[in-house]
Amino acid sequence: MKTLRGIAASRGIAIGPAFHFRRADLCFERRTVDDPAAEWARFQCALKAACEQLADVYAKAQAESGDEQAAIFQAHALMLEDPELLDAVQASIVDQGINAEAALSDAAEMYAQMLESLDDDYLSARAADVRDVATRVLRILLGVAESPTTGLDTPSLILARDLTPSDTVLLDKSLVVGFCTAEGGATSHTAILARGLGLPAVVGAGPDVLQIPDGTLLVLDGDEGALLTQPDGDTVARYRAQQTATAALLTEARRHTHEPAVTRDGHHVEVAANIGNVEGARAALEAGAEGVGLLRTEFLYLERTHLPDEEEQYQAYRAIVDTFGDRPVILRTLDVGGDKSLPYLDLPDEMNPFLGLRAIRLCLARTELFKPQVRAALRAGAGRNLKVMFPMVATVAELRAARAMLEECRAELLAEGQPVAERMDVGIMVEVPAAALMADQLAAEVDFFSIGTNDLAQYTLAVERTNARVASLASGFHPAVLRLVHDVIAAAHARGKWVGLCGELAGEPLAIPILLGMGLDEFSMNPPAIPLAKQIIRALTLDHLQAVAQAALEMDTPEAVQSLVRERVPATAAG
Amino acid sequence: MPEITLTVHHKVGLHARPAALFVQTAKKFDCDIKVTHGKRQANAKSILNVLALGVNQGAVIAICAEGEGADQALAALEALVESNFGEDRENE
Repeated sequence: MKTLRGIAASRGIAIGPAFHFRRADLCFERRTVDDPAAEWARFQCALKAACEQLADVYAKAQAESGDEQAAIFQAHALMLEDPELLDAVQASIVDQGINAEAALSDAAEMYAQMLESLDDDYLSARAADVRDVATRVLRILLGVAESPTTGLDTPSLILARDLTPSDTVLLDKSLVVGFCTAEGGATSHTAILARGLGLPAVVGAGPDVLQIPDGTLLVLDGDEGALLTQPDGDTVARYRAQQTATAALLTEARRHTHEPAVTRDGHHVEVAANIGNVEGARAALEAGAEGVGLLRTEFLYLERTHLPDEEEQYQAYRAIVDTFGDRPVILRTLDVGGDKSLPYLDLPDEMNPFLGLRAIRLCLARTELFKPQVRAALRAGAGRNLKVMFPMVATVAELRAARAMLEECRAELLAEGQPVAERMDVGIMVEVPAAALMADQLAAEVDFFSIGTNDLAQYTLAVERTNARVASLASGFHPAVLRLVHDVIAAAHARGKWVGLCGELAGEPLAIPILLGMGLDEFSMNPPAIPLAKQIIRALTLDHLQAVAQAALEMDTPEAVQSLVRERVPATAAG
Repeated sequence: MPEITLTVHHKVGLHARPAALFVQTAKKFDCDIKVTHGKRQANAKSILNVLALGVNQGAVIAICAEGEGADQALAALEALVESNFGEDRENE
């Protein structure tokens, strides 16, 4: 038995066989071969296998999506058999003795670049087809499975270097018991995904993770941040018992999840959900959410080729708001740009995307993007409890410009005779340190704040949270972040405004007592975290927590803060 | 060497489905077949070559063939292009 240590990213115990999520890593070395004829034969074998694969894919696409989609794979087959391409490959292998991988890659790249150079959108797109075809053959030559999930047919513990959002689309979540990655921090995509799914995860466990053979029995401890390889029978039994106990605790929490979160001394706080689509809305209701503290609207914009129009957005927002009846739903306007790019917007690459033209900055710069969303929100809010908030506001001027757009849209809609929300509460995400420091000024011009601790930690600690080498420094438990959170809550309350928190911190059992003690009004989290968070709140006494929160602000490290809470608030140990 | 000159009427030119049909037809014959468009010449059996010719709607192409079945090959390709690749020509 061997233990790998990483960052505890999502709670719980997972036990299962290892399965490597291998993103097509098609690195190969360029070399000369001793037997060019054999190399050419090896290439032809791979080519034949690729043609057979394409015939299967073609048949599948035709059955599932019709002739038009299938035609793409027919074109791919023609490219595979292209005599000019094959001549070039053959010349490299047979005449120059270059290995098949390099020969194919060179020839395909030459054609791809030639097509790209023709300054024609259609032909440029064909360049991607040539590369795709070459990749298919390369995978076969290198013995890399066709898809990163090929062979995932039994519930497994997913191992990877790190996972991106597009990778996770490929995963059949019903076959995942947990995640362990070599890289990434507590706010990496893998961590966020795992918490969203309620699956245990350890991230940043180091490169040894990648050496574990597929099928090895693993125990993952998401509370302690440990991965155990080939555990003995006693260890497995012990973890199974812990798994059962946790499941019982969760079952108990779930039984009471529709009851309000009221502390022992009668203080009620709202526990709301972070959601990103209509399915999320249903999951949130089932989990006992008292509202939506963060409705991410990016789902309407990602993985498509053009902007969603106002009507489509209206229908989507309305469907979600209707799911919640009278309960509040806070819609966050589009938060893209920087690292979350939309191909059809044609945004220039930036050196520092997290400091670039993103979120409200982009929306104010591109009103054709912003206006339909604001109009759709105003319409969806008619007769409902819908609020809006703007992401990444750094200055009062941005807030005023965004509010002006809201008023402009409202006037337009009224002139058109459309039903609109008579009154719509407006808030901002507090996630830029400048906004936190200016919270007293900003509070005068909003109805509420929602603190985004993931980005606030990133910006406060100058840590890009997608950079694995530094991501672990961006802890929401850092006293620097907690001091800002404290000041924001105090500034808002001084002006009679309420404050929510929709970062990962809101659902952290060890953070809940501190946030309660600071006077946070609304806790918004991923639906799976709600039952336990409510259970913890019900076990606490607010009176006692104000002193704990004050003490936390005087700590010197995130670890010291966590130890303090463990020591002074035993109720959190249950979580 | 026999040669024919044709105008491509299809709305997408010699791209996408028309290009695929063109290449598939050429491949049925053993002879060498070349397509010329402006200054560029392509192997008619190479989809990559044919695409790279950049033949758009209304362009004139010349096709020549050499070897066994050259005449039949030209006749088949002519029929294909003239039939607008088997589609109606309402979109011309």
